[in-house]
Amino acid sequence: MKYPVTIGLEMHCEISQTNTKVFSSAPNGYSDIPNSHISPVDMAFPGVLPVVNKECVRMSLMMSEILNCKQPEYMYFERKNYYYPDLPKGYQITQNTPPIPVGMDGFIDIEREDGTTFRVDIDNIHLEEDSASMNHLYDISTIDYNRAGVPLLELVTKPCLHSADDAVAFLEYMRAIYQYCDISEADSKKGQIRCDVNVSISDTDELGTKVEIKNVNSFGGVRDAINYEIKRQTALKEAGKYDEVEQETRRYDEETGTTIRMRSKVDAIDYRYFVEPNIPKFKISADWLEEIRTSIPELPYERKNKYQNTYGLSAYDANILIKEKSIANYFEECLEEKIDPKTAANWITGLILGYLYKHDQNIKDFYITPKRLFTITEAIKNGNISSKQGKELFYFTIEEEREPEKIMQEKGMMQISDEITLANIVDEVLAENPSQITMYHNGKTNMFDYFVGQVMKKTRGQANPVKVKELLTEKLAQ
Amino acid sequence: MKYMDKGIVAIHEALKKGEITSQELVEESLAKAHEIQDKTNAFVTILDDAKGLPVTDDLLSGIPYGVKDNYSTRGILSTGSSNTLKNYVPFFSATAVLNLEKKGAVPIGKTTLDEFGMGGTGTTAHTGIVHNPWDYDRMCAGSSSGSAASVAAGVYPYALGSDTGDSIRKPAAYCGIVGYKPTYGMISRYGLFPFASSLDHCGVLSRSVEDAAIVVDAMKGLDPKDQTTWDSTNIHLYENLKKDVKGTKLFYIKEICDINNYPNASEELIEHLKNFQATLKKCEELGMSVEGVSLDQKLLNALPSVYVVISCAEATSNMSNLTGFIFGPRGSGKNYEEMMKDYRTKGFSPLIKRRFIIGSYVLQKENQEKYFKNAQRVRRLIVDEMKKLFTKYDGLILPVGSGPAKLLDDPTDMVKEETTILEDHLQIGNFGGFPSITIPNGFVSDLPVGVNITGNCYQDELVLNIAYALESSMNYKNQIAKEVTK
Repeated sequence: MKYPVTIGLEMHCEISQTNTKVFSSAPNGYSDIPNSHISPVDMAFPGVLPVVNKECVRMSLMMSEILNCKQPEYMYFERKNYYYPDLPKGYQITQNTPPIPVGMDGFIDIEREDGTTFRVDIDNIHLEEDSASMNHLYDISTIDYNRAGVPLLELVTKPCLHSADDAVAFLEYMRAIYQYCDISEADSKKGQIRCDVNVSISDTDELGTKVEIKNVNSFGGVRDAINYEIKRQTALKEAGKYDEVEQETRRYDEETGTTIRMRSKVDAIDYRYFVEPNIPKFKISADWLEEIRTSIPELPYERKNKYQNTYGLSAYDANILIKEKSIANYFEECLEEKIDPKTAANWITGLILGYLYKHDQNIKDFYITPKRLFTITEAIKNGNISSKQGKELFYFTIEEEREPEKIMQEKGMMQISDEITLANIVDEVLAENPSQITMYHNGKTNMFDYFVGQVMKKTRGQANPVKVKELLTEKLAQ
Repeated sequence: MKYMDKGIVAIHEALKKGEITSQELVEESLAKAHEIQDKTNAFVTILDDAKGLPVTDDLLSGIPYGVKDNYSTRGILSTGSSNTLKNYVPFFSATAVLNLEKKGAVPIGKTTLDEFGMGGTGTTAHTGIVHNPWDYDRMCAGSSSGSAASVAAGVYPYALGSDTGDSIRKPAAYCGIVGYKPTYGMISRYGLFPFASSLDHCGVLSRSVEDAAIVVDAMKGLDPKDQTTWDSTNIHLYENLKKDVKGTKLFYIKEICDINNYPNASEELIEHLKNFQATLKKCEELGMSVEGVSLDQKLLNALPSVYVVISCAEATSNMSNLTGFIFGPRGSGKNYEEMMKDYRTKGFSPLIKRRFIIGSYVLQKENQEKYFKNAQRVRRLIVDEMKKLFTKYDGLILPVGSGPAKLLDDPTDMVKEETTILEDHLQIGNFGGFPSITIPNGFVSDLPVGVNITGNCYQDELVLNIAYALESSMNYKNQIAKEVTK
C-alpha cells in the first residue's frame, strides 16, 4: 500500500436467537413463505404500538459488556424518520444520539493469524429493528415483511483499521462472539450480517476524504470492496486527481468486485430523530448488568488459549477450531468422549471440515457424532483396524448412516488379534503344509512369508499381521 | 317509553327487571342515530345490523354506545374521518373496545371527528361538518365532535373519545355533557389511531360523572400491547364515588379567570366567567376550599406554541405509515414516490398538511434544538409547576373555553389573541398526563357551558369525586340537548 489507509466499519447483525421480534410478538425466524412471520405491528397498521423485547435488550447489553463499552443509565429508543416502501411505519426505531445507544466508547483486541494483535475502538453498539425485504422484478417490486422488525444490532467502529485483512479478522471474530453468546447464527448466507465500510487514504496525519460503501453482504465482499476502493482512490491520487474523491456513498457490486457511486454525502437525508414516545424510559439496574456480565459464556479467545495451553494444540489448529462455535463445541464433545485432543483436532481440521465444506453441511447435522468418531479412533488406537481402514470406515459410516461397529463387523474390517483364535488358525495352516515346513527348516526361510500369506488368506486379511508373525516364529521354533 | 336518554344504572335496572330488552335498546338507539344524522352528521358509520346482547351483572351489558372513528374496530370501517382511510376495515380491535366487548356492551355507530383528531372544530372530517344538537348553526368543538353530539342528543348514554389537547373535554362543554380523560396510561392506546403519542389519551363522553366512572372502569387496565399502560386494578372509580368532599382543596389560575385580563370581553365571556365564579361558590358550599393562584404569565403564554410544536412533530412521524401501500386507497404514479405523493396529496386535508409541514420543520436538524427540544423543556417546566401545586392542592378548577359553542359561520369568529389562554389551557392536562374531567355548569345565551377539574396523576378517584359532588349540587346531570330556538 502506497498510502496509509484508514477504515471504519458498521456491522449489522440480526439477533436470530429470540422467540419474537424486537418490538412485536411475531416469531423471529427465517421463513421461505413471504409474509408468514408478521403481526399488525410489523406492517404498521393504524393504532399499533411497539413493545420492547427484554431478551433483545439483555443480549445487546451482553455485547456492550463484551466490547468494553459504557452502558446507558436509562434505556430508550429514537425514531429515524424516512420514507421507503420497506419501512412500513415511515420510521425505524433505533438508538442514535448519545447517550442512548446500549454501548458507547469501547474496544476489543483482535489476534491476527501470525499471532500479533491489534485493538479495534468501538464508537457504539445499538439495538434497532430491521426493515422488510424487497424483491425488484422486471416491472414490479414485491415486499416481504417477515424481516420487518427483526432485532438488529449495529456495531460502529472508530476509523481505526488499516487493512482489509484486519477488517475481516475483526468481523470474523465478532461473528464468532455472536455465535458463542447464542445471540445470532450470524449467517451471512441468510442475510444476517451486513456491513457498511468507510475507506480513506492519506499521506499526512489528517484523514483523507471518507468514502462509504453500503450493504456489503459477505466478508469476502468486505475484503474486495476495501481493496478495490484503496486501488481506486490511490489511482486518483497518483494521477493528481485526488479532489475527485468525494464524500459519497457507494455500493459494492459483487459481480464485478467494484464499487459504484450511489449518492453524494451532501444530499444526506435529515432523519429528524426524536425519542420514541411509546416506549417509556427504563432504568438499567446495576444488578441486572451484573447478572448479564456473569452469564457471558466462554468466548472464542478463551477457548483458543485453553486449546493451546492445556491440550497442546498448535495455534493454527486452535484458530480453525474456534472460528465457529459449533466446531469448537464438537471438539470439546470429542474430548468428553475421551478422544485424545490432538487426534480429535486432526480429524476435525482434516477429514471432517473437508467433508463438511465440500458438501456444504453443518456440523450439527453431521452423522459422525463425537461418540461415533470415538468408535473409529479407538479401533485404530487399539490396532483393531489400520488407519487406512479408519478413513474407509469414516466414509462408509457417512454414506450408509449406520453405526461404525456394525460396518466394521459386516465388512470384516475388524483385525483378529485374539491369541487363541489366531493360534488355532496358525496351527491349521501348519498342519496343512507339512512339506513347506520341511523346506523352511532346510533353510528356505522365505517360506515364512508363505505361511503368513496363508493365515491372511484364511482370515480374509483380518488377522493382525504382527501377532501372526509372532505366533509363527514361536510355533516354527518348536 | 325511551331509555337511551337515561343513565347506565337506570338502563341496567330496566334490563334486569325485563322492562326492556337489549334488542329494543339497540333499535331505539339506531332510530335515534338516524334521526340526528341528517342534522348533526355525528356518524361516519351507523351499524344498522347491530344486535342486542345478553344482559349480565355487568352494568354495561346489552347497552348501546358509540365509538369515535379513530378507534380500530374489527370488521367495521374505521376511517379516522380521513380520505386516506376512507375504505379501511381493520382486522383487529383497539384494546379499549375489546374491554367493552368483554362486558357485553353494544357498539351502535362510529362517530365523526376532526381528521385524525387534529382539530378542535368538528369541521374537518372527510364526511363533512358536525353540527351541535343544541343549535345546528353552531359547532361541537372537536375532535370528538360526533361522540359529543350523539351523547348529548340521547342516542346512547356514552361514547368513546380521544383527547390530545382537549378533544374530549372541550366538545363535552359545548354539548352540555361530561367528558373525562383519565391519567395517561390508564386506558391502553393500542388500536387508537395516533395523533401525538405522548399527548394522546383515550376517554369517554357521557351525561353523568357516574356513567363516566362506570365506562372508564371497564375500558382501563394494563395492556401488554401498550408499554405506557400501568396497573390500575386497585382503582375503582364507580365503587368509590362519594359526594363528601369536605376539606378538599381546589385552586384556579388567576390569570385565566380574571375578567380584567380580557379588556375586549364579549357579553358571553363575561357571563361565562361570572357563571364560573358561581360554580366556585358552590364548591365552597360543598365544603371545599378554593384559592386563586398566580402562574408565570410567560409559561401560560407558551402553552399553545409548546402544544403545536410537540403535537405536530409527533403527528408527522406517526402518520408516515399512511402511504397507501398496505392499506387505504393506493395512489397512482410511475414509482413508489409518485404513488405515495398522490395518495397523501389527495387524502389529507389542507389543515393536516400544514401541521405536517410544521412538524417536519421543527424536527429538522437545524431547527430541532430551537423549537422541538425547547418545547419539550417548557412542557417539563409547566408539568413541574403543576405537580408542585398538586402537592398543595387536590385539584385545579377552570372554565372551559371562552363561552358556549361558537357559530360555524361567524365572520367575527377569528382567532382572538386575548382569549387564547381560555381556549388552550386544557392542554396542561395532556402535557402532564393528568386526569381531567369537564362537566356542564350552566348556560350562557341558552347554550351549555362547562367547567373542568384536573388533578395529579393517578388521583382519578379524587378528581371524579370532586366532579361528582359538584354535579350533584347543580341541575345538569343527564341533560339532553334541546334545539335552542332563536
